[in-house]
Amino acid sequence: MDARSKLIDIAAFMDRVQRSGETDDYRYQMFLQALQGLDSTNRAEAVLSIFSDMTAAPTQVATPGPASGAWKEEA
Amino acid sequence: MRYIEPHAHMVTRTTNDYQSLAMAGCKAVCEPAFWAGFDRSSVSGFRDYFMQLTEYEPRRAEKFFMKHYSWICINAKEAEDVGFAREVMALIPEFLEKSNVLGVGEIGLNKNSVNEVKIFQEQVEIAVKYDQLILVHTPHLEDKLKGTKLILDMLQEHSGVRPERVLIDHVEEHTVRMVVDAGFWAGITLYPESKCTPPRAVDMLEQYGSTDRIWMNSACDWGVSDPMALPKAIMELRKRGFDDAAIDRFVYQNPVRFLRQCPKFDLIDSDAV
Repeated sequence: MDARSKLIDIAAFMDRVQRSGETDDYRYQMFLQALQGLDSTNRAEAVLSIFSDMTAAPTQVATPGPASGAWKEEA
Repeated sequence: MRYIEPHAHMVTRTTNDYQSLAMAGCKAVCEPAFWAGFDRSSVSGFRDYFMQLTEYEPRRAEKFFMKHYSWICINAKEAEDVGFAREVMALIPEFLEKSNVLGVGEIGLNKNSVNEVKIFQEQVEIAVKYDQLILVHTPHLEDKLKGTKLILDMLQEHSGVRPERVLIDHVEEHTVRMVVDAGFWAGITLYPESKCTPPRAVDMLEQYGSTDRIWMNSACDWGVSDPMALPKAIMELRKRGFDDAAIDRFVYQNPVRFLRQCPKFDLIDSDAV
Protein backbone atom coordinates (compact mmCIF):
# COMPACT_ATOMS: atom_id res chain seq x y z
CA MET A 1 0.00 0.00 0.00
CA ASP A 2 2.87 2.36 0.86
CA ALA A 3 4.52 1.96 -2.54
CA ARG A 4 1.15 2.23 -4.31
CA SER A 5 0.43 5.46 -2.49
CA LYS A 6 3.85 6.91 -3.39
CA LEU A 7 3.45 5.89 -7.02
CA ILE A 8 0.09 7.66 -7.23
CA ASP A 9 1.68 10.73 -5.61
CA ILE A 10 4.31 10.72 -8.37
CA ALA A 11 1.65 10.34 -11.05
CA ALA A 12 -0.32 13.24 -9.58
CA PHE A 13 2.86 15.32 -9.37
CA MET A 14 3.54 14.75 -13.08
CA ASP A 15 -0.04 15.71 -13.95
CA ARG A 16 0.35 18.87 -11.86
CA VAL A 17 3.59 19.90 -13.58
CA GLN A 18 1.98 19.32 -16.97
CA ARG A 19 -1.10 21.39 -16.06
CA SER A 20 1.11 24.23 -14.89
CA GLY A 21 3.10 24.17 -18.15
CA GLU A 22 6.44 23.73 -16.37
CA THR A 23 7.64 20.54 -18.04
CA ASP A 24 10.67 22.38 -19.46
CA ASP A 25 12.06 23.06 -15.97
CA TYR A 26 15.50 21.40 -15.76
CA ARG A 27 14.55 19.70 -12.52
CA TYR A 28 11.56 18.07 -14.16
CA GLN A 29 13.65 17.01 -17.13
CA MET A 30 16.13 15.39 -14.71
CA PHE A 31 13.21 13.78 -12.94
CA LEU A 32 12.08 12.19 -16.24
CA GLN A 33 15.63 10.94 -16.82
CA ALA A 34 15.76 9.53 -13.30
CA LEU A 35 12.63 7.48 -13.97
CA GLN A 36 14.78 5.48 -16.38
CA GLY A 37 16.82 4.39 -13.37
CA LEU A 38 13.88 2.21 -12.40
CA ASP A 39 14.82 -0.12 -15.25
CA SER A 40 18.19 -0.95 -13.68
CA THR A 41 19.00 -3.57 -11.06
CA ASN A 42 20.25 -1.16 -8.35
CA ARG A 43 17.37 1.26 -8.73
CA ALA A 44 17.89 3.55 -5.73
CA GLU A 45 21.57 3.96 -6.55
CA ALA A 46 20.79 4.56 -10.23
CA VAL A 47 18.15 7.21 -9.52
CA LEU A 48 20.41 9.04 -7.08
CA SER A 49 23.29 8.94 -9.56
CA ILE A 50 21.19 10.37 -12.39
CA PHE A 51 20.38 13.42 -10.26
CA SER A 52 24.06 13.88 -9.36
CA ASP A 53 26.85 16.14 -10.54
CA MET A 54 29.18 13.69 -12.31
CA THR A 55 32.03 16.16 -12.87
CA ALA A 56 35.24 15.55 -10.93
CA ALA A 57 36.97 18.88 -10.29
CA PRO A 58 36.05 21.24 -7.44
CA THR A 59 34.08 24.31 -8.52
CA GLN A 60 35.90 27.64 -8.41
CA VAL A 61 33.25 29.26 -6.20
CA ALA A 62 30.42 27.79 -4.12
CA THR A 63 27.14 28.40 -5.92
CA PRO A 64 24.71 30.48 -3.86
CA GLY A 65 21.58 29.00 -2.33
CA PRO A 66 20.68 25.47 -1.33
CA ALA A 67 21.04 22.38 -3.53
CA SER A 68 18.00 21.94 -5.79
CA GLY A 69 18.02 18.15 -5.97
CA ALA A 70 19.02 17.94 -9.64
CA TRP A 71 22.34 18.88 -11.13
CA LYS A 72 22.34 21.63 -13.75
CA GLU A 73 25.31 21.98 -16.04
CA GLU A 74 26.41 25.60 -16.12
CA ALA A 75 26.39 27.13 -19.62
CA MET B 1 15.61 0.00 24.02
CA ARG B 2 19.00 1.60 24.60
CA TYR B 3 20.56 3.54 21.75
CA ILE B 4 23.01 6.34 20.99
CA GLU B 5 22.01 9.40 18.98
CA PRO B 6 25.42 10.00 17.34
CA HIS B 7 24.49 13.15 15.40
CA ALA B 8 21.97 15.72 16.61
CA HIS B 9 22.05 19.51 16.63
CA MET B 10 20.48 19.98 20.01
CA VAL B 11 21.15 23.73 20.17
CA THR B 12 18.25 24.02 17.73
CA ARG B 13 15.89 21.73 19.65
CA THR B 14 13.58 22.22 22.60
CA THR B 15 14.06 20.73 26.04
CA ASN B 16 11.01 18.57 25.26
CA ASP B 17 13.14 16.87 22.61
CA TYR B 18 15.77 15.99 25.22
CA GLN B 19 12.99 14.51 27.30
CA SER B 20 11.61 12.51 24.36
CA LEU B 21 15.06 11.16 23.50
CA ALA B 22 15.65 10.05 27.08
CA MET B 23 12.24 8.41 27.34
CA ALA B 24 12.86 6.53 24.08
CA GLY B 25 16.06 4.98 25.49
CA CYS B 26 18.75 7.35 24.28
CA LYS B 27 21.84 7.12 26.50
CA ALA B 28 24.02 9.73 24.86
CA VAL B 29 23.66 12.43 22.26
CA CYS B 30 26.58 13.69 20.15
CA GLU B 31 26.48 17.15 18.60
CA PRO B 32 28.79 18.21 15.76
CA ALA B 33 29.45 21.88 15.09
CA PHE B 34 27.49 23.00 12.03
CA TRP B 35 25.92 25.85 10.09
CA ALA B 36 23.34 27.59 12.24
CA GLY B 37 21.01 28.50 9.38
CA PHE B 38 22.74 31.84 8.92
CA ASP B 39 26.34 32.94 8.40
CA ARG B 40 27.91 34.20 11.63
CA SER B 41 29.41 37.65 11.39
CA SER B 42 32.32 37.31 13.79
CA VAL B 43 34.77 34.89 15.33
CA SER B 44 33.27 35.67 18.72
CA GLY B 45 29.95 34.35 17.39
CA PHE B 46 31.68 31.01 16.89
CA ARG B 47 33.28 31.17 20.32
CA ASP B 48 29.85 31.60 21.88
CA TYR B 49 28.55 28.67 19.83
CA PHE B 50 31.45 26.43 20.88
CA MET B 51 30.81 27.41 24.50
CA GLN B 52 27.17 26.42 24.04
CA LEU B 53 28.27 23.01 22.67
CA THR B 54 30.74 22.35 25.46
CA GLU B 55 29.20 23.98 28.54
CA TYR B 56 25.48 24.58 28.19
CA GLU B 57 24.14 21.62 26.19
CA PRO B 58 25.73 19.00 28.47
CA ARG B 59 23.80 20.53 31.35
CA ARG B 60 20.52 20.36 29.43
CA ALA B 61 21.13 16.69 28.64
CA GLU B 62 22.13 15.90 32.20
CA LYS B 63 18.68 16.89 33.44
CA PHE B 64 17.40 13.82 31.59
CA PHE B 65 20.24 11.51 32.65
CA MET B 66 21.85 11.61 29.22
CA LYS B 67 25.45 12.26 28.30
CA HIS B 68 26.11 15.04 25.79
CA TYR B 69 29.23 15.05 23.61
CA SER B 70 30.26 17.48 20.91
CA TRP B 71 32.57 17.95 17.94
CA ILE B 72 34.32 21.21 17.06
CA CYS B 73 35.15 22.76 13.67
CA ILE B 74 34.07 25.36 11.16
CA ASN B 75 31.42 23.89 8.90
CA ALA B 76 31.83 23.71 5.13
CA LYS B 77 29.14 26.27 4.38
CA GLU B 78 31.00 28.99 6.24
CA ALA B 79 34.38 27.92 4.84
CA GLU B 80 34.05 29.84 1.57
CA ASP B 81 35.68 32.87 3.20
CA VAL B 82 39.07 31.28 3.79
CA GLY B 83 40.49 34.11 5.91
CA PHE B 84 37.50 34.09 8.24
CA ALA B 85 37.51 30.30 8.40
CA ARG B 86 41.14 30.29 9.49
CA GLU B 87 40.39 32.74 12.30
CA VAL B 88 37.66 30.38 13.55
CA MET B 89 39.98 27.38 13.18
CA ALA B 90 42.43 29.08 15.52
CA LEU B 91 39.87 28.47 18.28
CA ILE B 92 39.72 24.72 17.70
CA PRO B 93 42.72 23.55 19.78
CA GLU B 94 41.40 25.33 22.87
CA PHE B 95 38.03 23.59 22.57
CA LEU B 96 39.51 20.17 21.82
CA GLU B 97 40.63 20.27 25.46
CA LYS B 98 37.03 20.38 26.73
CA SER B 99 35.84 17.29 28.54
CA ASN B 100 32.92 16.49 26.21
CA VAL B 101 34.65 17.10 22.85
CA LEU B 102 35.17 13.92 20.83
CA GLY B 103 37.07 15.29 17.87
CA VAL B 104 37.02 17.53 14.80
CA GLY B 105 33.68 17.69 12.99
CA GLU B 106 31.53 17.93 11.13
CA ILE B 107 34.07 19.06 8.58
CA GLY B 108 33.43 18.34 4.92
CA LEU B 109 32.13 19.88 1.74
CA ASN B 110 28.92 21.72 0.92
CA LYS B 111 29.14 22.87 -2.71
CA ASN B 112 32.45 21.19 -3.51
CA SER B 113 34.29 24.47 -4.04
CA VAL B 114 38.04 25.07 -4.13
CA ASN B 115 37.90 27.03 -0.86
CA GLU B 116 35.84 24.37 0.90
CA VAL B 117 38.43 21.80 -0.18
CA LYS B 118 41.23 23.97 1.19
CA ILE B 119 39.60 24.39 4.60
CA PHE B 120 38.66 20.71 4.75
CA GLN B 121 42.30 19.74 4.23
CA GLU B 122 43.49 22.21 6.86
CA GLN B 123 41.03 20.86 9.41
CA VAL B 124 42.12 17.30 8.65
CA GLU B 125 45.65 18.49 9.45
CA ILE B 126 44.47 19.82 12.81
CA ALA B 127 42.77 16.51 13.58
CA VAL B 128 45.89 14.54 12.71
CA LYS B 129 48.16 16.91 14.64
CA TYR B 130 46.05 16.59 17.79
CA ASP B 131 45.28 12.89 17.26
CA GLN B 132 41.53 13.47 17.06
CA LEU B 133 38.62 11.47 15.66
CA ILE B 134 37.11 13.00 12.52
CA LEU B 135 33.43 13.36 11.64
CA VAL B 136 32.77 14.25 7.99
CA HIS B 137 29.70 15.90 6.48
CA THR B 138 29.03 14.98 2.86
CA PRO B 139 27.15 17.45 0.63
CA HIS B 140 23.44 17.52 -0.04
CA LEU B 141 21.47 16.01 -2.91
CA GLU B 142 23.06 16.43 -6.34
CA ASP B 143 26.39 17.45 -4.82
CA LYS B 144 26.77 14.38 -2.58
CA LEU B 145 28.32 11.89 -5.00
CA LYS B 146 31.03 14.22 -6.25
CA GLY B 147 31.72 15.57 -2.76
CA THR B 148 32.03 12.12 -1.26
CA LYS B 149 34.53 11.12 -3.94
CA LEU B 150 36.58 14.28 -3.37
CA ILE B 151 36.56 13.71 0.39
CA LEU B 152 37.60 10.06 0.08
CA ASP B 153 40.44 11.00 -2.27
CA MET B 154 41.76 13.64 0.14
CA LEU B 155 41.54 11.38 3.18
CA GLN B 156 43.18 8.46 1.40
CA GLU B 157 46.02 10.63 0.15
CA HIS B 158 46.86 11.75 3.70
CA SER B 159 49.30 9.34 5.32
CA GLY B 160 48.33 10.46 8.82
CA VAL B 161 44.63 9.61 8.46
CA ARG B 162 43.53 6.27 9.88
CA PRO B 163 40.22 5.28 8.24
CA GLU B 164 38.95 3.48 11.34
CA ARG B 165 39.06 6.84 13.17
CA VAL B 166 36.97 8.67 10.55
CA LEU B 167 33.20 8.56 10.12
CA ILE B 168 31.78 9.78 6.82
CA ASP B 169 28.21 10.85 7.38
CA HIS B 170 25.01 11.19 5.36
CA VAL B 171 25.77 8.26 3.03
CA GLU B 172 23.04 7.10 0.68
CA GLU B 173 22.73 4.19 -1.72
CA HIS B 174 25.11 5.75 -4.27
CA THR B 175 27.87 6.52 -1.74
CA VAL B 176 27.70 3.92 1.03
CA ARG B 177 29.69 1.23 -0.76
CA MET B 178 32.68 3.44 -1.61
CA VAL B 179 32.90 4.59 2.01
CA VAL B 180 32.82 1.17 3.68
CA ASP B 181 35.00 -0.44 1.00
CA ALA B 182 37.67 2.19 1.73
CA GLY B 183 37.69 1.18 5.42
CA PHE B 184 35.94 4.25 6.82
CA TRP B 185 32.89 4.30 9.06
CA ALA B 186 29.61 5.29 7.41
CA GLY B 187 26.72 7.25 8.91
CA ILE B 188 23.18 7.00 7.56
CA THR B 189 21.06 10.06 8.28
CA LEU B 190 17.33 9.61 8.72
CA TYR B 191 15.57 12.65 7.31
CA PRO B 192 11.92 12.82 6.35
CA GLU B 193 12.69 14.27 2.90
CA SER B 194 16.21 15.00 1.78
CA LYS B 195 18.38 12.13 2.97
CA CYS B 196 17.17 8.67 3.93
CA THR B 197 13.98 7.07 5.28
CA PRO B 198 14.06 4.26 7.86
CA PRO B 199 13.16 1.59 5.23
CA ARG B 200 16.03 2.72 2.97
CA ALA B 201 18.41 2.84 5.94
CA VAL B 202 17.54 -0.72 6.85
CA ASP B 203 18.02 -1.77 3.21
CA MET B 204 21.60 -0.46 3.50
CA LEU B 205 22.11 -2.17 6.85
CA GLU B 206 20.99 -5.45 5.30
CA GLN B 207 23.63 -5.03 2.61
CA TYR B 208 26.51 -3.44 4.53
CA GLY B 209 25.67 -3.90 8.23
CA SER B 210 27.99 -6.87 8.57
CA THR B 211 30.96 -4.50 8.34
CA ASP B 212 30.10 -3.19 11.84
CA ARG B 213 31.36 0.20 10.65
CA ILE B 214 27.98 1.79 10.16
CA TRP B 215 25.54 3.76 12.29
CA MET B 216 22.30 5.68 11.92
CA ASN B 217 21.49 9.15 13.19
CA SER B 218 18.70 11.71 13.01
CA ALA B 219 20.93 14.77 12.47
CA CYS B 220 17.93 16.67 13.79
CA ASP B 221 18.37 20.42 13.46
CA TRP B 222 16.38 23.56 12.69
CA GLY B 223 15.10 22.16 9.38
CA VAL B 224 12.63 19.43 8.47
CA SER B 225 14.03 16.69 10.69
CA ASP B 226 12.95 14.29 13.40
CA PRO B 227 14.70 13.67 16.73
CA MET B 228 12.63 10.48 17.03
CA ALA B 229 13.96 9.10 13.74
CA LEU B 230 16.14 6.43 15.38
CA PRO B 231 13.31 4.84 17.38
CA LYS B 232 11.37 4.73 14.08
CA ALA B 233 14.31 2.96 12.42
CA ILE B 234 14.39 0.50 15.32
CA MET B 235 10.73 -0.25 14.60
CA GLU B 236 11.58 -0.83 10.94
CA LEU B 237 14.38 -3.22 11.97
CA ARG B 238 11.88 -5.16 14.08
CA LYS B 239 9.46 -5.36 11.14
CA ARG B 240 12.24 -6.89 9.03
CA GLY B 241 12.87 -9.57 11.64
CA PHE B 242 16.08 -8.34 13.28
CA ASP B 243 16.34 -9.57 16.87
CA ASP B 244 17.22 -7.46 19.91
CA ALA B 245 20.92 -8.39 19.74
CA ALA B 246 21.25 -7.30 16.11
CA ILE B 247 19.36 -4.07 16.72
CA ASP B 248 21.50 -3.31 19.77
CA ARG B 249 24.59 -3.76 17.61
CA PHE B 250 23.38 -1.23 15.04
CA VAL B 251 22.05 1.46 17.36
CA TYR B 252 24.22 1.12 20.46
CA GLN B 253 27.30 -1.06 20.15
CA ASN B 254 28.50 0.24 16.78
CA PRO B 255 28.39 3.92 17.81
CA VAL B 256 30.06 3.07 21.12
CA ARG B 257 32.86 1.18 19.37
CA PHE B 258 33.64 4.15 17.15
CA LEU B 259 33.21 6.86 19.77
CA ARG B 260 35.16 5.21 22.56
CA GLN B 261 38.27 5.51 20.42
CA CYS B 262 38.19 8.91 22.11
CA PRO B 263 38.99 8.30 25.79
CA LYS B 264 36.57 11.04 26.80
CA PHE B 265 33.63 8.92 25.66
CA ASP B 266 33.00 7.34 29.05
CA LEU B 267 29.46 6.06 28.76
CA ILE B 268 28.83 3.76 31.71
CA ASP B 269 27.08 1.17 29.55
CA SER B 270 30.21 0.85 27.41
CA ASP B 271 31.10 -2.14 29.52
CA ALA B 272 28.13 -3.94 28.06
CA VAL B 273 29.53 -3.81 24.52
